[in-house]
Amino acid sequence: MKSRHRLLPYLLLLPALVMELLIHIVPMAVGIFMSFKQLTQFFIRDWSAAPWIALNNYRIAVDFSAPIGKSLLNSFWVTCSFTLLAVAFSWLLGVAAAIFMQEPFWGRGVLRAVFLVPYALPVYAAVITWSFMFQRDTGLVNHVLHDQLHLVSEKPFWLIGDNAFVSLIIVHVWKTWPFAFLTVMAGLQNVPRELYEAAAMDGASVWQQIREITMPALRPVNQVLVLVLFLWTFNDFNTPYILFGKGAPEAADLISIHIYQSSFVTWNFGSGSAMSVLLLLFLLLVTGVYLVATARWRDADA
Amino acid sequence: MPKPVSPMAPSATFVWVRRIFLVALTIFTLAPVLVMASSSLKPLQDVQGPFRWIPSSLTVRPYIDIWSTVPLWDYFVNSLIVSLSATVLSVVIAIFAAYGVSRYRFVGRKIFTVSVLSTQMLPGILFLLPLFLLFVSIGNSTGVALHGSRLGLILTYLTFSLPFSIWMLVGYFESIPRELDEAAAVDGCGPLRTLLQIVVPAAVPGIIAVSVYAFMTAWGEVLFASVITNDRSRTLAIGLQGYATQYDVYWNQVMAASLVVSVPVVAGFLLLQRYLVAGLTAGAIK
Repeated sequence: MKSRHRLLPYLLLLPALVMELLIHIVPMAVGIFMSFKQLTQFFIRDWSAAPWIALNNYRIAVDFSAPIGKSLLNSFWVTCSFTLLAVAFSWLLGVAAAIFMQEPFWGRGVLRAVFLVPYALPVYAAVITWSFMFQRDTGLVNHVLHDQLHLVSEKPFWLIGDNAFVSLIIVHVWKTWPFAFLTVMAGLQNVPRELYEAAAMDGASVWQQIREITMPALRPVNQVLVLVLFLWTFNDFNTPYILFGKGAPEAADLISIHIYQSSFVTWNFGSGSAMSVLLLLFLLLVTGVYLVATARWRDADA
Repeated sequence: MPKPVSPMAPSATFVWVRRIFLVALTIFTLAPVLVMASSSLKPLQDVQGPFRWIPSSLTVRPYIDIWSTVPLWDYFVNSLIVSLSATVLSVVIAIFAAYGVSRYRFVGRKIFTVSVLSTQMLPGILFLLPLFLLFVSIGNSTGVALHGSRLGLILTYLTFSLPFSIWMLVGYFESIPRELDEAAAVDGCGPLRTLLQIVVPAAVPGIIAVSVYAFMTAWGEVLFASVITNDRSRTLAIGLQGYATQYDVYWNQVMAASLVVSVPVVAGFLLLQRYLVAGLTAGAIK
């Protein structure tokens, strides 16, 4: 009876462990192994037979004077600036909306449901609609900008060229800010009312209450939220893939699309794996630094 | 949850800033939904010409044609089977794991939680290629078709929501008083009966929250669906791209189909969203 109880927690975890091993851990190990091989389409049937080329895939990936390295570096910078802007806007909109909706007002319940719609809509349906809105000749965006507001003299392209970067951020922010809203809204429920009442008694304005009470109280929530937003945004594949199809314009060539292309379009799995491993190392580094800086690691085992 | 009452009348500036901000945000949020709804009722020449707010004539034709232009029903069934199975499996597995983590102290407990959580940060693209090759080799050597089948997708998707579900349920289970467990033990309940009869019923809102999350994750996934499925197992995520032919995009049909596949999910989510907020408050954010 006693030994059964000692085994019980492990038995409870077993299904989760098996699935994590099968889908995440083993493939990741295989991926690292593959990154040392010259794995092209000729070896897909028997990938263990691909020749071992040690660090060659990595050397090619980080040779920034050659075309492959150059385009990888470009895509890295595109991803970094995209992530920075998209996370900043999503976070701002989410926090502002949650704070503005902390106090009851007429229509608050309906508005809350409306704001959650982008989060609930299936990604592909939403992003396909955006791509329709961004069409040069038939889209809503150019109709409003050019035909109705006369803000531009020539209808711009939104899905090719440099503007694609802007479109990508708009769509990503549209899709992501409700998650920030939802999280901050949940976090706000833990802020004690007495703090606001005491501040109001002392004559603090609403803005001062937000700055002095709400924002500090949201700090732990924000620390987790920003990290999650960062990881999601940096790894986002769905938005560019559906918005641009298989060939993203250079200005919006996110790293996940870039690796997908070099793996499944040009069929070079070895080089794709090496790029994935580099990406993982970068994410580990950033996350590690962030966790140490915010000292949230203590809560990871809560 | 007590509804907060305003501690002081907000200033007029605050009310105006709030009003303008919320109106602008509502327009931004709803624009695609309005485009989707109105374009789905337009004849083809309307969506192929310059954008117009008012359709030249209203038609439900796109809603009829979507089912024959691409095998939408098959995709729908595939998505439903895959998402529901992945949700049920993921939630059951998460309940067991979360119970183990929240109620027992054992060697490896911390390592387990930290490592499961950290899989959440892995870029999908990193294990997509190996998983694809692994599924192909498993199929070649054992005959179990994971690549190209619904099974492969189900197994893959259930792990996507697993880390977050375990994390959230651990938080939820820990908010359930131990005394309930102990009372059950005194009455002679074993651990599994305690879990099923005490902990699970008390955690229903958390379990609903996690199920909603798991279902939406599976229903919306694109990357793995684009690689692991074939013609027969294709999900809506990939199937919807079929309305674009080499020459034409049937935008009115694309919009109609998008609306059709969105309505059930959005309606379900909006009905259950308060559980998600409550679940986040109790489980994920402390």
